[in-house]
Amino acid sequence: MSNEGIIYRVAGPVVTAIGISPRMYDVVQVGDEKLMGEVIKIEGDRTIIQVYENTSGVKPGEPVVNTGRPLAVELGPGLLHSVYDGIQRPLKVLNEKMGDFILRGVTAPGLDREKKWDFEPVVKEGDIVSPGQVIGTVMEGTMLHKIMVPPTLSGKVEKINKGSFTVEETVAVIDGTDVIMMQRWPVRTPRPVAEKYQPEVPLQTGLRVLDTMFPLAKGGAAAIPGGFGTGKTVTQQSLAKWSDAQIVVYIGCGERGNEMTEVLTEFPELEDPRSGNPLMNRTVLIANTSNMPVAAREASVYTGMTIAEYYRDMGYHVALMADSTSRWAEAMREISSRLEEMPGEEGYPAYLAGRLSEFYERACIAKSLCGEDGSISVIGAVSPPGGDISEPVSQNTLRIVRVFWALDTKLRERRHFPTINWLTSYTLYDKQLREWYAKNVNEEFPSLREWAMQTLQKESELQEIVQLVGSDALSEDKKLILEVSKMIREVFLQQNAYHPVDTFCPLDRQYQMLRLIKKFSDLADKALIAGASIDKIVAIPARQRFIRAKFEETIDEELAAVDKDFDVQFKELGA
Amino acid sequence: MVEVSKEYKTVTQIAGPLVFVEKTEPIGYQELVSVRLSDGTMKRGQVLDSSDDIVVVQIFEGTSGIDKDATVRFLGETMKMPVSKDMVGRILSGSGQPLDGGPEIVPEKKLDINGAAINPWARDSPSDFIQTGISTIDGMNTLVRGQKLPIFSASGLPHNELALQIARQAKVRGSEEDFAVVFIAMGITNEEKHMFMKEFERTGALKSAVVFLNLADDPAVERISTPRLGLTTAEYLAFELGMHVLVIMTDVTNYCEALRQVGAAREEVPGRRGYPGYMYSDLAELYERAGRIKGKKGSVTQIPILSMPGDDITHPIPDLSGYITEGQIVMSRELHRNGIYPPVNVSSSLSRLMGGGTGAGKTREDHKGVSDQLYAAYAEGKDLRGLVAIVGKESLSAKDQKLLDFADIFEDRIVRQGIDEDRSIEETLGIAWEIFKSLDLDQITRIDRKYIEKYLQA
Repeated sequence: MSNEGIIYRVAGPVVTAIGISPRMYDVVQVGDEKLMGEVIKIEGDRTIIQVYENTSGVKPGEPVVNTGRPLAVELGPGLLHSVYDGIQRPLKVLNEKMGDFILRGVTAPGLDREKKWDFEPVVKEGDIVSPGQVIGTVMEGTMLHKIMVPPTLSGKVEKINKGSFTVEETVAVIDGTDVIMMQRWPVRTPRPVAEKYQPEVPLQTGLRVLDTMFPLAKGGAAAIPGGFGTGKTVTQQSLAKWSDAQIVVYIGCGERGNEMTEVLTEFPELEDPRSGNPLMNRTVLIANTSNMPVAAREASVYTGMTIAEYYRDMGYHVALMADSTSRWAEAMREISSRLEEMPGEEGYPAYLAGRLSEFYERACIAKSLCGEDGSISVIGAVSPPGGDISEPVSQNTLRIVRVFWALDTKLRERRHFPTINWLTSYTLYDKQLREWYAKNVNEEFPSLREWAMQTLQKESELQEIVQLVGSDALSEDKKLILEVSKMIREVFLQQNAYHPVDTFCPLDRQYQMLRLIKKFSDLADKALIAGASIDKIVAIPARQRFIRAKFEETIDEELAAVDKDFDVQFKELGA
Repeated sequence: MVEVSKEYKTVTQIAGPLVFVEKTEPIGYQELVSVRLSDGTMKRGQVLDSSDDIVVVQIFEGTSGIDKDATVRFLGETMKMPVSKDMVGRILSGSGQPLDGGPEIVPEKKLDINGAAINPWARDSPSDFIQTGISTIDGMNTLVRGQKLPIFSASGLPHNELALQIARQAKVRGSEEDFAVVFIAMGITNEEKHMFMKEFERTGALKSAVVFLNLADDPAVERISTPRLGLTTAEYLAFELGMHVLVIMTDVTNYCEALRQVGAAREEVPGRRGYPGYMYSDLAELYERAGRIKGKKGSVTQIPILSMPGDDITHPIPDLSGYITEGQIVMSRELHRNGIYPPVNVSSSLSRLMGGGTGAGKTREDHKGVSDQLYAAYAEGKDLRGLVAIVGKESLSAKDQKLLDFADIFEDRIVRQGIDEDRSIEETLGIAWEIFKSLDLDQITRIDRKYIEKYLQA
């Protein structure tokens, strides 16, 4: 059988071809315009193809050519700072090539073929190298990009070059094979690692509610489910901006065009708070908006994940945001229903759970083949219909991920941001990370966190009583609990993503803030016993100062001053 | 490529709006089809599924009267919309034919009605404040050029009045640029049509409008292409002629019903509540055609109107829309019953692009803080209403009583306004500062102190 056949049937993005004998998931070129497609089913001599572009006007009888290769991404220097669509076509190049709208049949390579990179070898001729070993480096913007031996190759370095090369020029000869800086890797196959570890270090995000209350470990996976307007995208973007990952892969999967534009205009202007470089220098963006072809949307999460794995293999900590995995699942559903497959729950294909877990399992912290530790932390937004998380995508995700950040419409209505509900969210990493926090932040930090959680829990119980009888009926010490938990909520948990100071809160400051709330609570308890009234306690000027402190440029000095003020002013109340 | 294609008399099956035809030459997916009935009537359709020997054709006008003797001709091209700048001021049918007795549109161009996705790289971020003159929108859910901001309404609520008021009053201040309205009616009743047309004529808006009318008794299949025709026109006016286009689409719910009807006739596997599984992508194809493009003068701003079946915001139509659009204006039956117009429920309304279009240089420096404060105080006041019903007003603290009263004042002063009342943003913010006076100073926590000094104590 040949590699060329003809189209037999066209129905939307699903095309049936005859006369080719491809393998599953091979990439094929469909029709006179050579639209890109992927084999998703083989039935006798019929091949079912999902096409990544609009098929209107495509006719039966037009040619189909099998490339013989699975859907793959190009990996090498030049990925950072790029903006791709779901199948790694650089959007900037497409814009130059075909104007403001995305037309079909246009291809562009993922990596720039012209650009030269200064290659600095780190191995010598005659060295024996193993798969994944670093043979040289190039500077990719401000990041050190390590050129690795492809995972399938090993042997003696017969030749190694130094100097300026494009991604396609030979930089080394290993065991008779020419090695170039670019690798191709099939997106649906995870890249190998030497050994996976148990995650024990938190991914710091600068968001108080996440870092303190519900931390995610580096190499772990978290889900953010929430109805529309609850702030999934704002949270994802905050994480992309402030998390202490060295590389960020942001996948806009089936979301709004204007939102991607926001990211595109904002990121180049923002600074990475740790390195001082523009955020874009460490970011790869994948933008497959909701009106771009669904098949490319389905592929986009794999494209992003493969790029993330490539940087993990160099020994970097990568954060991958997928916004939104529900759109990805819907793309699967749409294609599955065109294939007339037997549907599972709510029309989703029966393999939904399998695909989701395969994807999240690619998150890990590991020793890579080159011997360095790298990680991928995955944060997946979920958009449950009607905000009801009993639906299949949310439920199947929650069975895999260990961190759940529940977004809450009620909180949105009162403009409490981030809208992460402190009662329903959870993290299963708290025990694993406890030691890290005690060692790196403060010994009492884990117990402070528990105290805050318990106070919030008590508040929710008291609120039920208040709903029935009013707050006047509560005893003074109960009223104090309400006041303290209000401080936890409004000062500590609430954080303004658009405020220059408040948008990012380092761990040490988080600890100070929480410690001061605890201190307030303890001193207020004593003052109550000494006979001070709750109104007096709440009215102390230091409390007002504390509430305002988080918006001041000199926040750390303010907090130190509040600390002293508390001592003085509570003394006056007899504590 | 103009070649006379063969005619076929090989209809093998007719089901709902679909006709199955055997054929011998290759037919393109989504190619247009004309069908001649035995009595000479012509109908038009489009290819939904094309295979080697058989094609499935969806008939726009419905299949009634078609029999197995009908003659089917394939036109060799996909659906195109003839566009021209002379369309402004015209009234067209849901399939683009003139309804106003005027001449045929002489096309300057023919464009594919499905359009193409704007390259996210080419998009410009929307940041020009559109003043609608309505406080709840301008002050708290600001609309900007290139945004898509739907009105989530329900049967019996004055969403049409609100949409008309926005169309009448909307302006970008300090700019005298070409402005046009594209009005897309999908499955609206004849009475609603009259209301819209009368209003357009009364205010002279028709001069700068293109109207597409698919009425409730027009075929459902046509309803699926009507918004695409309208949006193709809007894109042409905006991105080729440099006009700022406001697109009003009503009622998206009727559009979705048509999608479901056609999907069912095609025997597709249904998704939630029988709506097709691809409804999200399909709606995105409409909504995402709003926006601005770098280096181009014009813009497309959309205000789709949809009625929430049974006032249920979690119904698939508002739900999927909300995931695509940049916010929503939600109408409240409760406010409407209390005689408040426009009955905008600000608590569940949202404009995602508000940040880019407000603040110093755009509206006013205190805008963001004022908006947050209104939201927060109103939310607390509304919560207290529930409590008062149980424990009575007297058991509230003095501060809580102020919040409770604030909610009423807010609804009366900010939400309520006349149907012809066009408030500038300064007026809206001014009213907000006036009603803040009813609160204690320490209850105003969301606004920067310097603005409180400047505006409240002024």
